[in-house]
Amino acid sequence: MTAHTVRIAQRSRGRGLGRRVAAGFLYPLGLPFLLLVIWGVASTSSTNRFFPGPLTIFEAFRETWIGPAFVDDVLPSLYRLALGIAASIVIGIAAGTLIGLFQWLRELLEPLLEFFRAIPPPVLIPVVMLLLGITDTMKVVVIVSGAVWPILLNTIDGVRATDSVMSETADSFQITWWERLRFLVLPAASPRIMTGVRQGLSVALILMVISEMFASSAGLGYRIAYFQRNYLIAEMWSGILLLGLVGVLLAATFGVVERRVLRWYHGIREVNRA
Amino acid sequence: MPDRSTLLRVEHLRKVYESTNGDVEAIGDISFTMRSGELVCIVGPSGCGKTTLLKCLAGLLRPTSGLVEMDGEPVTGPSPAMAVVFQEYGRSLYPWLTVRGNVELPLRHKRLSRQERDKLVSDAIEAVGLAHAARSHPWQLSGGMQQRVAIARAIAYQPEVLIMDEPFAAVDAQTRADLEDLVRELHANRKISVLFVTHDIDESVYLGERVLVLSASPTWVQEDLTVDLPPQRDQISTRALPRFTELRTHVYDQIQRAKRGQTVAP
Repeated sequence: MTAHTVRIAQRSRGRGLGRRVAAGFLYPLGLPFLLLVIWGVASTSSTNRFFPGPLTIFEAFRETWIGPAFVDDVLPSLYRLALGIAASIVIGIAAGTLIGLFQWLRELLEPLLEFFRAIPPPVLIPVVMLLLGITDTMKVVVIVSGAVWPILLNTIDGVRATDSVMSETADSFQITWWERLRFLVLPAASPRIMTGVRQGLSVALILMVISEMFASSAGLGYRIAYFQRNYLIAEMWSGILLLGLVGVLLAATFGVVERRVLRWYHGIREVNRA
Repeated sequence: MPDRSTLLRVEHLRKVYESTNGDVEAIGDISFTMRSGELVCIVGPSGCGKTTLLKCLAGLLRPTSGLVEMDGEPVTGPSPAMAVVFQEYGRSLYPWLTVRGNVELPLRHKRLSRQERDKLVSDAIEAVGLAHAARSHPWQLSGGMQQRVAIARAIAYQPEVLIMDEPFAAVDAQTRADLEDLVRELHANRKISVLFVTHDIDESVYLGERVLVLSASPTWVQEDLTVDLPPQRDQISTRALPRFTELRTHVYDQIQRAKRGQTVAP
């Protein structure tokens, strides 16, 4: 173990500061910057008004989103997104664990799950709208109806794949049901669960936007659709930019949580690779 | 040693695996007793149902017929009086817990105060020589050290008997010798009874006070051999004793006979 740590530490120290800065900032930011420059050049030489230059868009971004729109449109959207993601994770893991643990439940529900999973969530919007009205609940329900599936199905698979020797160990030491869940089943399934959550996040973002485009008077999706209909092209692009930033932020947050939760998992992989 | 009371009693144990292609008789008819404080090794030819026997004893598998009694009580499921050390340490320890966490886990549902539990855990980790690695995760340790963690977990559980299923089959020879001495030491110092299943004949003679030689499947106890070597054993001098060689030759011979099916069930 010490041998590994030492070797890895030396390798990163040997790289030198300049190269580490290059790897940390220039590589990830270099290509976007290059694309922006190309875009800027292309838009100044073009007369197409649907593709404004990046500076125009940045200006629109500042004017549109920094100010009251942030409170009126961005925060409610983020709130619904967070609620939808949280509910998807809780429902997906809880239901997935139960379904994974009990075979009779799995046999009972499998055909039903296959059916519901196959329905594209956006078609549920009119139905949910009729049932719940144009409310926050409706939008959260729409987000959950799509984002819950990858989490649920991955949790089921993860729970089912609990190692037989680990289970026998728990049996032989008469570990209680809760301890088994907390210390064996859930951690063992956690790599699969995290895979499911990662997929669920992108679905949730898509459904947040779509649910707001359909029926809403506020929110990011509503704003973008509104700008588009009123030919506020730079503003529209700035909304898309903001959505992209939300996506990046979401992925970064997930990355931090994932590294913490799956530290053991990445550790094993690193040891096996070394 | 008449002062030792009967700990484990196995009578006419039989295990048949039912499958669609016909039944497989893994264990024919096994009977033996083990006294408190003994270190008994079980050897047999490969595929003789050693692991099946062990799982039946530990209450992880229901025998088809026969009786397993622990302290006079029939064993119907896993019991707090037994702790199992599995061969596959990599799959028996939980990689998301630290060494300490792994050793502590089985104690969580025991009615112990925080101090008592901590003391048991620290004590067990120290006894296997891993005090320095308590905060590490199992996958950061070598195979031999991982198996030490599994042993620490078993002794912290304070069982009356330690059941070990070919625990050192997957570690290298030098590590294996150290681990064998660790088992002898724990047995001597802590008066723990040990039931040690192995396919290694030398190991069985070196470790055991008694060696049970199993027949080929369907299994029965072919011989119950008392190992009359001095209790203080040492990898070099004990293995050099003429008596050691005699015993291992004898067991080896028995197993060869078992493989050829030259023995007759009682």
